[in-house]
Amino acid sequence: MTDIAIIGAGVVGCSIARELSKYDLKTVLIEKESDVGEGASKANSAIIHAGYDAKPGTLKAKFNVLGNPMYDAISSELDVIFKRVGSLVIALDDDEMQTLHKLYYQGIANGVPDMEIIGGKKVLKMEPNLSKDIKGALYAPTAGIICPMELTVALAENAVDNGVELMPDSKVTDIKRLDSGYRIFMGEKYVDTKYVINCAGLYSDEINNMVAPPQFKIIPRRGQYNIFDKNYGDFVKTVIFPCPSKLGKGILVSPTIHGNLLIGPDAEDLEDKNATNTTLNGLNTIRHGADRSAANIPYKNIITNFAGLRPKPDTDDFVIGESKFAKGFINVAGIESPGLTSAPAIAVYVVGILKDINGGLIEKEDYIPRRRKRIRFEELDDSEKDALIKKDPRFAKVICRCETVTEGEIIDVIRRNVGARTLDGVKKRARPGSGRCQGGFCSPRVIEILARELKCDISDIKKGNHNSYVLIKEDAFPVRAAALGREQCPDQVKSRGSSNMEDGNTQSGSAKGVGL
Amino acid sequence: MISYDIVVIGGGPAGLAAAVEAGKCGGVSVLVIERDRELGGILQQCIHNGFGLHIFKEELTGPEYAERFIKELNELNIEYKLNTMVIDITSDKVITAVNPKDGLIKIKAKAVVLAMGCRERTRGALNIPGMRPAGIFTAGTSQRFVNMEGYMVGKNIVILGSGDVGLIMARRLTLEGAKVQLVAEVLPYPGGLTRNIVQCLEDYDIPLLLSHTVVEICGKERVEGVVIAKVDENRKPVLGTEKYYPCDTLLLSVGLIPENELSQKAGIMLDPVTGGAVVNESMETSIEGIFACGNVLHVHDLVDYVTEESKNAGRNAVKYVKSEISRGGPKMIAKAKKGVRYIVPQVIRLDNIDKAAVLSMRVDNIYKDSKLVVKIGDKTIKEIKKRYLRPGEMERITINKGALSEASDSVISVEVSEVV
Repeated sequence: MTDIAIIGAGVVGCSIARELSKYDLKTVLIEKESDVGEGASKANSAIIHAGYDAKPGTLKAKFNVLGNPMYDAISSELDVIFKRVGSLVIALDDDEMQTLHKLYYQGIANGVPDMEIIGGKKVLKMEPNLSKDIKGALYAPTAGIICPMELTVALAENAVDNGVELMPDSKVTDIKRLDSGYRIFMGEKYVDTKYVINCAGLYSDEINNMVAPPQFKIIPRRGQYNIFDKNYGDFVKTVIFPCPSKLGKGILVSPTIHGNLLIGPDAEDLEDKNATNTTLNGLNTIRHGADRSAANIPYKNIITNFAGLRPKPDTDDFVIGESKFAKGFINVAGIESPGLTSAPAIAVYVVGILKDINGGLIEKEDYIPRRRKRIRFEELDDSEKDALIKKDPRFAKVICRCETVTEGEIIDVIRRNVGARTLDGVKKRARPGSGRCQGGFCSPRVIEILARELKCDISDIKKGNHNSYVLIKEDAFPVRAAALGREQCPDQVKSRGSSNMEDGNTQSGSAKGVGL
Repeated sequence: MISYDIVVIGGGPAGLAAAVEAGKCGGVSVLVIERDRELGGILQQCIHNGFGLHIFKEELTGPEYAERFIKELNELNIEYKLNTMVIDITSDKVITAVNPKDGLIKIKAKAVVLAMGCRERTRGALNIPGMRPAGIFTAGTSQRFVNMEGYMVGKNIVILGSGDVGLIMARRLTLEGAKVQLVAEVLPYPGGLTRNIVQCLEDYDIPLLLSHTVVEICGKERVEGVVIAKVDENRKPVLGTEKYYPCDTLLLSVGLIPENELSQKAGIMLDPVTGGAVVNESMETSIEGIFACGNVLHVHDLVDYVTEESKNAGRNAVKYVKSEISRGGPKMIAKAKKGVRYIVPQVIRLDNIDKAAVLSMRVDNIYKDSKLVVKIGDKTIKEIKKRYLRPGEMERITINKGALSEASDSVISVEVSEVV
């Protein structure tokens, strides 16, 4: 029997897994998709919020303000790039100036440091591309930007380094109570555990309802976004919010950590938890919203659009705590914005709950807080690049031209202990395909590298989850397939915990790397 | 730091022609830098015929066309580096490149020829709404998979955009056993060459839906279908005309974009219409001694014209190294007027014209029974009658040096005039 089963490997589940890996526990992290961070964690605004938005006294306010300062240590320990670029909530008229003052005092009550209300002229000096009608803005220097995909992967990697077992491709189908604990079914498979932590995002209500009466309902609230070419990455330097409305923080205009420009999201409550499609209306809405904040947004230089579903709780606040109806079953649900910011603080809090239930936890002596550094070829100086190539020539093969990603980096993210298995998995971790050509040039190369590393045919490589095969897999052309002597890939669905890595690559602290 | 007289960036058709021409002029050291594992560029995946009709007066396949230049390159003993990626060019012509053998190298060039080609416009650039499943490819990427890797990209295919690569792939995928349902084109006229419309669509009964576009992509994991709608004259979808087409693959052939990220690093001035550098009659950019040719300069539809333009660039790079380019003297500005989108070159310095200048251009719409009128100032110096003018087919006009040197104005313009 395992001690703890975390359901859902999003940023919240992975933060909790990492926090728990500091203790002498057997923890499994169960994920229905083939990779971590496949839900709200991969499609959001990527902002570490300052903390003035949420009403004082709410869990959102509490964990936002606690979580924000934790990101300095997290980004350094996990080698995830994070920048405190600051945020501006802008006011276009006197009514909105009133709102700014309310936000300011709300921020004070929540404990947000260093906020300032600044005049229109100063705002335009900071951000010359904003609307000339600006009256003033609430400036919060502690707001920051991060890559939530890289963060989630890094948290998972570090947790697995410290002994957590990750179970991808494992959709929870039922949970039964045992005398002491729970049996979690994933189709045919099951795991017995003393405690369950429900971090199932959009599906956390359904997971709760497997063991307890319905306590809350999760509404998928869709938000759509556009990303622009890196040539426009400095269009704004801070995160620009309009004045907030009933539907949330509104449509922002923001730089991304990788140097693109991002606009979005709108907010649309849906029923379908799979509706991650963008729509003509949604994309028009974010355009109108962004145009209100900034002038001359370079729409001709959009490189992609995407949509994410926020897990909105009908209770309006995060649902965090042990279920009243199920002992040892802890809900961490409804973690919509500011969930990314709050995740590390929530993790510490949840571990506190477990300590209470369990009567304490024993700290490990060999906990490793740091993740093995990732090589970012583009960021090295010339002599570092030369030295790296001399050590491992695969770093001279530039696979993605737009983002200057080398073969060495791609192999590294495949071989890590929570390694990439798909095109999207590689893209999330090392960025080939994220640039202006959107994978036109590099995707055949990345597929080739994936197939070589995973020892399968390139027709077995998927874009993302389940049946997202990039090329025709079944023998649509049996004559040719036979002529080429193609073989099927060995079962790709494998648990990637510390006990069974592919190619005998048992890792301790850090997985086998490339040229390191 | 190593040094060469001329460094050509890109070993596709443009780079090969420029390097071979420079080699033939003689007396200079030339290096070609190619990022791929072989020379030839995109020609290597273009296994269909139709290349070389103008230059060689015969029909070659892409690899055959490339091979003629690679052979010449070898005969001239011109050096080249494969698997080598240029990561920086400075305005004083220092090139930084990486490859597995040499590591990071710096190369000082007296002259540089930019020949990096172009990339394909994507689904993201069109901002097409919908899901983001597997099964969406640009036409060129699908061509690479099918022709070079030997894999099929899909079985039931819809193509958006009637660019030449998309048309070629409609035929290619049909021959490989896929069902190509239709080609949708947002404009009221086709984007590619007429011969490709006939030989790749009409010959295979593949319908071409003009003034139609994809308004939604469906399918969570793999493409399951697309919604296609009619568009109005402003290219906006018309409500109520949406139709769902089940398919497993969407190919995009919606335009090519010159790849000028390196040129921008060097500080070269770009033309907002072509997306390529502003050049003069010698194919020289706003930085003296840096030349550009082929699809990195403006998108061509025939490789033969790429070759001609690139020979000009190669020849002039040699002249530059030998200080034979005239910097002063009378200068003309080429202006695209009514009906013409752009003209390359944008500047003509008369002292550097031997016999004639070639102006390349594209029109902005389909014109029937019309003419291209070349004027210097208000004076018409040439008229060319055209049965058809199409945006998909580049027009080239040769102007004799005589006509230019007699000019009393410094603006040469081209416009479309409809014959009544």
